[in-house]
Amino acid sequence: MSSAQIEIILVAVVVAASCSLIGTFLVLRKMALMSDAISHAVLLGIVVMFFFVRSTASVPMVLAATATGVLTVYLVELLVGTRLVKEDAAIGLVFPALFSIGVILISRHAANIHLDIDVVLLGELAFVPFDRLTIAGLDLGPKSLWLGLSVGIINLIFVLLFYKELKLATFDPSLAAALGFSPTLIHYALMTLVSVTAVSSFEVVGSVLVVGLMIAPPASAYLLTDRLPVMLGLGVLIAAGSAGLGYATAYLFDSSISGSMATVAGLILAVTVLVAPERGLISRWLRRRRQRIRFAAETLIVHLVNHADALEVAGKHPVGQLKKQLKWREPFTQEVLHFAGQQKWLVERNGRLHLTSAGSSVAARVTER
Amino acid sequence: MTDNGLALEIRDLTVAYQEKPVLWDIDLQVPKGVLMAIVGPNGAGKSTLIKAALGLVPAAAGQVLIHSRPYLQQRGLVGYVPQRGSVDWDFPTNALDVVLMGLYRQIGWIRRPRRREREMAMESLNTVGMADYADRQISQLSGGQQQRVFLARALVQDAQIYFMDEPFAGVDATTERAIIAVLRQLRDAGKTLIVVHHDLHTVSEYFDWLTLLNVRCIANGPIDDTFTSDNLRQTYGGRVAFITEDGELPDDRSRTDSKLIAA
Repeated sequence: MSSAQIEIILVAVVVAASCSLIGTFLVLRKMALMSDAISHAVLLGIVVMFFFVRSTASVPMVLAATATGVLTVYLVELLVGTRLVKEDAAIGLVFPALFSIGVILISRHAANIHLDIDVVLLGELAFVPFDRLTIAGLDLGPKSLWLGLSVGIINLIFVLLFYKELKLATFDPSLAAALGFSPTLIHYALMTLVSVTAVSSFEVVGSVLVVGLMIAPPASAYLLTDRLPVMLGLGVLIAAGSAGLGYATAYLFDSSISGSMATVAGLILAVTVLVAPERGLISRWLRRRRQRIRFAAETLIVHLVNHADALEVAGKHPVGQLKKQLKWREPFTQEVLHFAGQQKWLVERNGRLHLTSAGSSVAARVTER
Repeated sequence: MTDNGLALEIRDLTVAYQEKPVLWDIDLQVPKGVLMAIVGPNGAGKSTLIKAALGLVPAAAGQVLIHSRPYLQQRGLVGYVPQRGSVDWDFPTNALDVVLMGLYRQIGWIRRPRRREREMAMESLNTVGMADYADRQISQLSGGQQQRVFLARALVQDAQIYFMDEPFAGVDATTERAIIAVLRQLRDAGKTLIVVHHDLHTVSEYFDWLTLLNVRCIANGPIDDTFTSDNLRQTYGGRVAFITEDGELPDDRSRTDSKLIAA
């Protein structure tokens, strides 16, 4: 691997991890859409500041973009406050307005400025190694890496220091307010960092796909754990993994790096939705199925206890008889009988089914509830 | 300002959402050491009254005093149990952690809970009979268990006055008994409890003080003086069917075991 490639991967991993860290709280606050709004609206700040500083990875640029991001949040809340529109509609109204002003500004001055709309929208990691930070003639590596690292560290410090406050204000804002931890203050602090993070991710994934890194990894982590610290850590790992794997995929298929990273993050989420141990679709389906069989077996036992003659008849050819008595289909009946046998509620002796004492007590318990 | 012995005093409180008054000119005096129900129909402003008292919604006019001082100076005296439905129970945390949140004000900004706080939270969970569920992810608790966790979180605040928004809503009978036992214990320890309640059947059994609310304050005082058919009719606008054991109206406190059904 060339040093340029290593630099690109480093930037991607750092930015992805930083996105996921802050995105975790967006997911928990059900504010995924806000990250989309912010990452688009910051374009306006970037364009305006670009007229002055002529570079994307710079401190004034980040400040201007962050200000626009916070402005977005403020405008959204202003609109929601009028009670004329709901939050999702307010978000949908505010960010296209700010974003379109940015787009018009770029197109009006496209001849004069070196700010490609594709780069803003989709990012261009391949350019990262060319814009380098040099101090006193010393090459310190790509500017984006330093920007990404600084933002990542700020995010990390913020989450570590205010972990308790973030958790409280996210879980129960009214208790936070009652205890004197202003949820509004915490909300704006968080949104400021979302804006900063969105800007620092621009060169890596662009404004459209940054949402992929902010939301998909924490959403996957959310499905995998019941503990917030684990969710934070796992989200960061998944994000970093998506960045690395995404780069490899892009290299292999000679495709867009940002697109590949977001795709990998999305695929990981899709797989998690399917196979997550507790909350995944498959395990939920299995659980429901197990409950259905168990309930059916309990129903069967109650039926057999209530109708002593039914056991008499069903004892010999249980499947066929139960089909008649309970209107159950054959494969289902077999599964239920198998389950009841496993639980030792029914035993087969001399080719006949018998209710065990365990089975009788199940019936007693079931009919009691 | 001198202490007038009142746990909660509300003077001329009006709360409005967009010029639509939700609470109109409320005057309320609650002495220390009572177990008070706030009762009224839907949209009467019961929750809003609590939220206004805690400064969670702004007052258009008027004043709320807790132990003779404004709330902002008395935060340490106040415990709050919001409605169970007001939070997301799928949040990735466990019961003990939720109870610990009640101690965050004492712990302060940035600092983390320590062993002492953990022990306090455990003790509080134990009081509401939930010690065995400390490590349980909160989404795996039943509605009643979740409500008890909320109660434990308020207990751990060791407040002087508690505001509880519908603690009995949608809980099982075991939980209801557990909660009322804890509330009585607190009252007997001299605390004041202000509870939004929706079940007229149990008002006179559970509470010793009552505020009847329907945007305006209809009545406020000891249960025996306030829980009358007259007041209830005023509060519910005649939409109450009064049924007693022997089919009579509970005229002004001649009976205490009257059963009432809000229609």
